[in-house]
Amino acid sequence: MGYIGSAVKRVEDKRFLTGKGQYTDDIVLPNMTHAVIVRSPHAHATIKSIDASAALAHPGVVAVFTGQDMVDDGIASLPNGWAIGEDQNEPPHYPLAPDRARHVGDGVAVVIAEDKATAMDAAEKVVVDYEVLPSVTSSEVAIAPGAPLVHDDAPNNTSFLWELGEKAATDEAFEKAHHVTTLEFVNQRLVANAIEPRSAIGDYNPYRDDLTLYTSSQNPHLIRLLMCAFVMGLPEHKVRVVSPDVGGGFGSKIFHYPEEVICAWTTRKLGRPVKWTAQRSESFLTDCHGRDHISKAEMAFDANGKMLGLRVKTLANLGAYLSTFSCAVPTYLYGTLLAGQYTTPNIYVHVTGVLTNTTPVDAYRGAGRPEATYLVERLVDLAAHEMDMDPAELRRKNFIPPDAFPYDTPVALQYDSGNYERALDKALEMIDYTKLREQQRKALLDGKLIGIGFSCFIEACGIAPSKVVGLLGARAGLYESASIRVHPTGKVQVFTGSHSHGQGHETTFAQIVATELGLDLGDVEVVHGDTGQIPFGMGTYGSRSLAVGGSAIVKALDKIKAKARKIAAHKLEAAEDDLEFTDGNFIVKGTDRSVAFGDIALTAYVPHDYPEGVEPGLEENGFYDPVNFTYPFGTHISVVEIDRETGKVDLLRYVCVDDVGNVINPMIVDGQMHGGIAQGIGQALYEGAHYDEDGQFITGSFMDYNFPKADALINFETDRTVTPCPHNPLGVKGAGEAGAIAATACVANAVMDALYHRGVKDLPMPLTPERVWKALNSNGHA
Amino acid sequence: MKHSISVTVNGVTHEASVDARTLLVDFLRDHLHLTGTHVGCDTSQCGACTIHIDGASVKACNMFAVQADGATIKTIEGRASNGTLQPLQESFKEEHGLHCGFCTPGMIMSAADLLQHNPNPSESEIRHALEGNFCRCTGYHNIVKAIQSAAQKM
Repeated sequence: MGYIGSAVKRVEDKRFLTGKGQYTDDIVLPNMTHAVIVRSPHAHATIKSIDASAALAHPGVVAVFTGQDMVDDGIASLPNGWAIGEDQNEPPHYPLAPDRARHVGDGVAVVIAEDKATAMDAAEKVVVDYEVLPSVTSSEVAIAPGAPLVHDDAPNNTSFLWELGEKAATDEAFEKAHHVTTLEFVNQRLVANAIEPRSAIGDYNPYRDDLTLYTSSQNPHLIRLLMCAFVMGLPEHKVRVVSPDVGGGFGSKIFHYPEEVICAWTTRKLGRPVKWTAQRSESFLTDCHGRDHISKAEMAFDANGKMLGLRVKTLANLGAYLSTFSCAVPTYLYGTLLAGQYTTPNIYVHVTGVLTNTTPVDAYRGAGRPEATYLVERLVDLAAHEMDMDPAELRRKNFIPPDAFPYDTPVALQYDSGNYERALDKALEMIDYTKLREQQRKALLDGKLIGIGFSCFIEACGIAPSKVVGLLGARAGLYESASIRVHPTGKVQVFTGSHSHGQGHETTFAQIVATELGLDLGDVEVVHGDTGQIPFGMGTYGSRSLAVGGSAIVKALDKIKAKARKIAAHKLEAAEDDLEFTDGNFIVKGTDRSVAFGDIALTAYVPHDYPEGVEPGLEENGFYDPVNFTYPFGTHISVVEIDRETGKVDLLRYVCVDDVGNVINPMIVDGQMHGGIAQGIGQALYEGAHYDEDGQFITGSFMDYNFPKADALINFETDRTVTPCPHNPLGVKGAGEAGAIAATACVANAVMDALYHRGVKDLPMPLTPERVWKALNSNGHA
Repeated sequence: MKHSISVTVNGVTHEASVDARTLLVDFLRDHLHLTGTHVGCDTSQCGACTIHIDGASVKACNMFAVQADGATIKTIEGRASNGTLQPLQESFKEEHGLHCGFCTPGMIMSAADLLQHNPNPSESEIRHALEGNFCRCTGYHNIVKAIQSAAQKM
């Protein structure tokens, strides 16, 4: 098996451990200038005029440009990457607002100076005459009659109405129900907070008339395509986009951002490199936010606890503009997941996409799937309490059985494989469930509030079959690319369209290639993040890198091995079919005659004695377009204790059994789970982004936005089952988002489990001590 | 107005002229090109810029360069010698204590400071010591393990 399945230590670690990583802000180019963006302090305001004269007179300032300057120069709107229906309202999103600012932090001008401090000083001197307009930040308020319009041409602040499932059949199921569980709740707005702030450098070379954009992006090719074809009208072959080391993304670095265009446009204007790096306060205001749903959800059951139907109505806050994938997240990545792991026969979901005077909302780790999982799993847990059933057994009763795959859900997906009961049983065993419930009962007698929460989740990842998403409105294909270059000495470079910003592709992908070609790991280098070197690829999001990008590598490897076999057959004077390829050697079956892969590589580049009709060289491309999504699943169980005096929630245990299919590097998979779980716990207990009534963002710093620190978390107990994906060559599914998808519902359910007997049915997240304490004290029991 | 300072960084003494308002972290990154020390926030909270000044860990965004005049500074670049990782760095690799690597230099510098003062910390002491170093990738799980492992080795 070579390196596959082995916890190989990461090859990329050394540069990070020694301070030699190279993130975008670390790059210094000769003659480089620095950009600072003047941003609106108002949630909604007409820009009456901009006076840059004082800023321009400031020593060291190179230029000041406004949004109108960019429009006048032909710079167009940033595109919406995924249309929801033909009549979707798609208001424009200019890189700098030319006439009206629509959220706090909306850029209105850019100041470029010799150094950043000077640019910051001069930005203070740009005088913008605003006429403040009424604003709206809540999706509920925004669709109400008489609400201020974020865009004049978007009536009711509505971008789209979307529905999925059979409404009539679902309504009928509810009429027959023995029990209906209902929840009305907010899935709160979150900020991804990658620790590296976003950064971009535009570098125009006037002599070659080409442009290099360095940007902290998860998908450099997509940025190049969108920027060239839709925004700037540049020839794509004259633009190179490089995403060097990127310090975390979690979705927030997928999208095409205004600052990328600003740096690319201004460097062309000035003929000098232009760097912009966000301050953290800018990151809070301008990195796309996540979640922000207001939902009403109902689940219908028969007398035996079998699910009959699920009915969901959701308002999805999209923010002030449509970010690249903002419209796919609360629709095709959300509504399609509402079956969860269950046989619910009737599901209907209606989603309204709402424009508000807030930072745009787009994918954040899990993107739609955590929202779906939270909704389904909270309903199931609450239903178990209401029907006085064990939450594990209620779930088990409704699982899609292992022999039912492939399984068509009522919400458009075909689950390819799964064994949900096996994961549940393993998790129950790990946590010693029967004993744990007993301990919970005893603890309560001692006055201790212990809660046990479940989350049996499913996700659709390995995004995505191009044909399917094209029919659903995606304006991009979602395949992945790879190129494998075997050098004459047998050393190998792998060029992948995926991008690694913490996921360890340089190791995982090298494990695949080294194993397949029988090489040492050190003989394989993985290159990513540079459109100048790599075939057009789609980047990293939706837990797709291994399932789609890894499969593209396998496609290229197959071609390499097929050609190497021809050369080997020639060298060994044997028929191709008589050769076997083992541990890096082609061997004539049943003999001791063999030739090493390295010798074949050399022969390919020094083809003196070479098979007829075979081209010299050994380098192949592979493109892989998946035939279906992949469907990782699992069971997570958490145990919490609530401090009765303070309402503080302490995590006691967190157990998870995940099924991500085959595993290339278990150490990396576990690490991805840990990080995802931490973010999921963050949403349940700590995180929440808030605007005040004037549209000011009041959680705009690390002082105001709480996410889990080391002392807030515990060690997580991870294990897995393996149900290989049946339709990709590696049998893998993806591991990047599972933790974040499962953990929020899991921990929220644990807290509510501890409180249910106190008459508390539901509480809004985050479950802060204040909220929990108030709930405990509102009914006179505490 | 410029101010002359003299600082010794990773064993090399630098004489420099800086603005009064130049942050120490900007001096390290922009003047000395030691870009291993990262800036993750404006509010001296995230800890990505943690360095050692005269042996103690300090957030370099929370101090002016002029305040470091005469100081002896160590940054992440000063830890490994001739490319050989120190045991603490090695433990981060062995235990998968880093993903994207952005918080890692500050995390290592804080952990080194902890182990200097408490060679055998409990899990809870490690978690408490790291509360000023934010990581969004790892859930801290393997960072804690890496520091425990390093403590055993050192």
